[in-house]
Amino acid sequence: MTTPVIEIQDLWFSFNGHCVLQNVNLKIFPGEFLALIGPNGGGKTTLLKLTLGLLDPDRGRIRVFGVPPRKAAHRIGYAPQNVHINKSFPISVLDVVLMGRLRARKGWTRHAPQDLSAAQKALEQLDMWPFRNRRIGDLSGGQLQRVFIARALVCEPEILFLDEPTASVDTRGQSDLYHLLRQLNETVTIVVVSHDLMVLSSYVKSVACVNRDLLYHDAAEVTGEMLDMAYHCPVDLVAHGAPHRVLCKHDAKNNLKRK
Amino acid sequence: MLEALQLEFMRNAVLAGLLVSIVCGVIGTLVVVNRLVFLAGGIAHSAYGGIGLALFFGLPYLVGTFGFALLAALAMAAVMLKAKHRADTVIGVLWAVGMALGIILVDLTPGYNVDLMSYLFGSILAVPTSDLWHMLVMAGAVLFVVSYYYNDFLAMSYDEEFAQLRNVPVKLLYGLLFGMIALAVVMIIRLVGLILVIALLTIPPYIAEKYARSLRMMMILGTLLSCFFTLMGLWLSYTLNLTSGATIIMVAAGGFFISLLLERLIPKRLSPRAETVPR
Repeated sequence: MTTPVIEIQDLWFSFNGHCVLQNVNLKIFPGEFLALIGPNGGGKTTLLKLTLGLLDPDRGRIRVFGVPPRKAAHRIGYAPQNVHINKSFPISVLDVVLMGRLRARKGWTRHAPQDLSAAQKALEQLDMWPFRNRRIGDLSGGQLQRVFIARALVCEPEILFLDEPTASVDTRGQSDLYHLLRQLNETVTIVVVSHDLMVLSSYVKSVACVNRDLLYHDAAEVTGEMLDMAYHCPVDLVAHGAPHRVLCKHDAKNNLKRK
Repeated sequence: MLEALQLEFMRNAVLAGLLVSIVCGVIGTLVVVNRLVFLAGGIAHSAYGGIGLALFFGLPYLVGTFGFALLAALAMAAVMLKAKHRADTVIGVLWAVGMALGIILVDLTPGYNVDLMSYLFGSILAVPTSDLWHMLVMAGAVLFVVSYYYNDFLAMSYDEEFAQLRNVPVKLLYGLLFGMIALAVVMIIRLVGLILVIALLTIPPYIAEKYARSLRMMMILGTLLSCFFTLMGLWLSYTLNLTSGATIIMVAAGGFFISLLLERLIPKRLSPRAETVPR
């Protein structure tokens, strides 16, 4: 039995007196490709930030590679949801990506040649290498998002967290991105937050729905129970046919509740 | 201008202006990109409390002002880190209280009535040579710290959260930055006054930000602009017989409006599509 790379036990978190996450338990194993779904304000981003050690839980325990999150954060590549911060900042695409190779407290050390080649590789993977000298404010939303994903990849992470990576990417860009993620998934564990259930289901291996509680499902299906929990109303499950079925069949709904 | 440089006070004024420009170009860049202009204003004004303290207790000017401004800066830094959304309010309070404290302490100081107004515009034409040496040391220290931690400052300023993930000591850097702001403000107030500090910390970096491709370039460009404004202002004030500090500010303000105008007239390079972000 492999040990989980991320282990969350009995996690509670509240913000300004409001309970955001309650009694969350989750184990993520190496090689997993997990989608986090759920409504806005359901706590998806908060859960990522807790796992990165950017926030501290009220109760419960988080272990990443068996150690507290802050000690493992550099082994996780993280692409945040909001890429539109600081758009007037004087910084080039290449410098943003190189930030992912930053070794803090090293004073004058300049970026080594291998940092540059890693940045080139990451940018090429996302088709952004020709834009390397552009100022960040001159990019479109979709291009920015790809730069931030490149920054997450450049540190050669063992786990990749992507928070709504396709929010401003067009359909073509989305399928390219998920194609790339599937390749990366051969060596990297991936957790992706998304609203786009349809696209996701063709690529992910498991789904977790976060809406204060967390419901985990070990297959690329969204269960009726998840939709109930996520959107507080019974949703008529509409499934597309082959090749990928996102939603389980109506009659399968009850069977899934056993877990 | 050349014959003016024969005069020692004019030479000192030019040297002081150049040193102030270096410090303001570097610190001002960090202030502008981190959106700390209001905070810098707060530190500058609360330094008045320090001037009052120094007079009342008969402390040396630098000890009183720098001590007080540093305390105020660190208090503000703590609030920034703990409750960012409350920071502007707390800065406003410290701003007002610091000034009021300074004025009352000066009132209470027997027999000595310094004109606090002189601290508003300073007296760049009366800079003693000893102060130039202090300035030189300070400019050197600022350049050392900022270049040593350049990459860390860059990461923190651009994306604080990501910087934390890369183990950048964000709290230490905030402390250092606020400390440097306090030090710079106190030193420069003495030379050129409160208003010029704020003008030089904001206007040149703001113009530089539009054209610079990196933070480093923004610092260099900001410094050069600041030097130009200072020298131009000094020259104008000398030939037209105007108050030097205010003239320098007016020149900088002129540069500011010209840069706005240029931005309007020259169509933006490869105009980035005004993309609406789907939520």
